[in-house]
Amino acid sequence: MIRDITIGQYYPVASPIHRLDARVKLAITFIYIVTLFFVDSFIGYFFVMLSLGAVIASSKVPLRFMLRGIKSIMVIIVFTMIINLFTTKGETLLLEIGFLRITWEGVAVALKMSIRLVFLIVGSSVLTLTTTPIHLTDGIESILKPFSKIGVPSHEIAMMMTIALRFIPTLLDETDKIMKAQQARGADFDTGTLKEKAQSLIPILVPLFISAFRRAEELATAMEARCYHGGENRTRMHVVSIGRRDFVAFAVTAVYVCIIFLLRHAAEIVPFWI
Amino acid sequence: MSITINHLTHIYNPGTAFEKKALDDVNLQIETGEFIGLIGHTGSGKSTLIQHLNGLILPTQGEILLDGENIHKDKMRLKEVRRRVGLAFQYPEYQLFEMTVYRDVAFGPTNMKLPADQIHENVISALQTVGLGEEVYEQSPFELSGGQKRRAAIAGVLAMNPEILILDEPTAGLDPKGRDEILDAIQNLHEKRKITVILVSHSMEDVARLAERIIVMHRGKVAMTGTPKEIFPRVEELEQMGLAAPQISYVFHQLQERGYDLPADVFTTEEAKEVLLQFLKQVKK
Ligand SMILES: Nc1ncnc2c1ncn2[C@@H]1O[C@H](COP(=O)(O)OP(=O)(O)OP(=O)(O)O)[C@@H](O)[C@H]1O
Ligand SMILES: [Mg+2]
Repeated sequence: MIRDITIGQYYPVASPIHRLDARVKLAITFIYIVTLFFVDSFIGYFFVMLSLGAVIASSKVPLRFMLRGIKSIMVIIVFTMIINLFTTKGETLLLEIGFLRITWEGVAVALKMSIRLVFLIVGSSVLTLTTTPIHLTDGIESILKPFSKIGVPSHEIAMMMTIALRFIPTLLDETDKIMKAQQARGADFDTGTLKEKAQSLIPILVPLFISAFRRAEELATAMEARCYHGGENRTRMHVVSIGRRDFVAFAVTAVYVCIIFLLRHAAEIVPFWI
Repeated sequence: MSITINHLTHIYNPGTAFEKKALDDVNLQIETGEFIGLIGHTGSGKSTLIQHLNGLILPTQGEILLDGENIHKDKMRLKEVRRRVGLAFQYPEYQLFEMTVYRDVAFGPTNMKLPADQIHENVISALQTVGLGEEVYEQSPFELSGGQKRRAAIAGVLAMNPEILILDEPTAGLDPKGRDEILDAIQNLHEKRKITVILVSHSMEDVARLAERIIVMHRGKVAMTGTPKEIFPRVEELEQMGLAAPQISYVFHQLQERGYDLPADVFTTEEAKEVLLQFLKQVKK
């Protein structure tokens, strides 16, 4: 069903990870992504896996949801793997078919690259699954705030993101409803030639666009009716503050980063395939 | 065509934090030619239930039989099921998409691959039934007024010539005149063509006036079924479920409490008028 599509979907449970400040989570996710590119050994990836596993476990979000994101980039992962498998220059030959040479080094690089991609996706899923879109955009706004001095419209960017995120589930629901209404009139989206399939989208897309425009207009009117005029002098309903648990999170991250760099040196001592 | 619903349970998003049991062991039998009023508080599962009846959503458990045959037995038959069980959604005007009203109404019968002259006949008769005149046939559906859009959308379902017509709050958000016109059209269809009608409504007055049998849903279960005369006297139970009896019956309650000798089972304004006139005549004598 169409509701299964998750785009930055929040999973509502109470956990220590959920309670962390959104800015802190954004910063830690950023650090995590950057350090991921410094990991170059299987031991390193093993350590990342353990850490990520610990975070996921304490977030109380079912693993199934965390792994959902991987499905959508499966093609990219497979593609990366194949490219690396055949193009990596290496010494130790594994097998040779015609002009294709596969080396042990190629296998190692291909594996590492796909593991890195998976960790990237799962790591960012942790952020979006444990942070409500509102907190997320508030966090982004307050991180961007210093740049508003040099003309970055931080509030406007955040507001647009909030509205866009807010409307994803609504529009998905709407799509679901429209699809069902047309199916009730005998529309068929699954069978037929490619041309017929493309044509069968018209009865969904036309009403969907109309409703999106209608909603946008209604929202704009509603905002204006409440005197919305942008970011200047706006105060917040929820004032966020960094608490003790956020410092703990940073401390844990610091330790994590140290270990990642230590393991990098470990790789210099032990052979490349470890 | 009769509908049998056996132990129907539906759970949305099973196994997640969003899990929601919308239907819980529903058992119903609906006979050919009945006019059913389906009522229940917001979120009681009415829309979920009716979407099962033409196979738009799959039951988590249980089965739906049309004339004794499971609708999911054969995937090819589902289209046939959807033709015979016409379903008009809440706010059906949001499904309009064609260039002209005529073509939009023809969408259903065209999908059913009916012969061209049959399609034409169905479309014209559906548009007439809902009271849309020839002047709008070639207009864009988006130029119509709200009430006209609603009628065009309902015509889109009628044009498939369904044997069972299900309407999910067809009068929500309409003015009294628009509401009466749509309800009259539905009643006409029911009387002339003897089609089965299932009407989901939040208006106890409409249900009391039109339905031969009422099904009351509460928290995903069927709480009561019976004729209006059997259901509406159970005011207290209804009120506990966030529902009510038709307003006129509260007037009669008050009158009785003030000592007037009036019957307790008056639920429509028409009937109330008759009873009161009769009563006044007697008093004069
Ligand atoms: N697509 C869906 N996904 C998840 N939950 C849903 C979905 N549709 C309905 N529900 C939930 O199922 C329950 C029953 O909903 P349903 O729409 O059947 O109620 P209803 O009786 O039609 O209400 P209303 O009178 O407001 O139209 C509600 O709690 C609703 O939140
Ligand atoms: Mg409903």
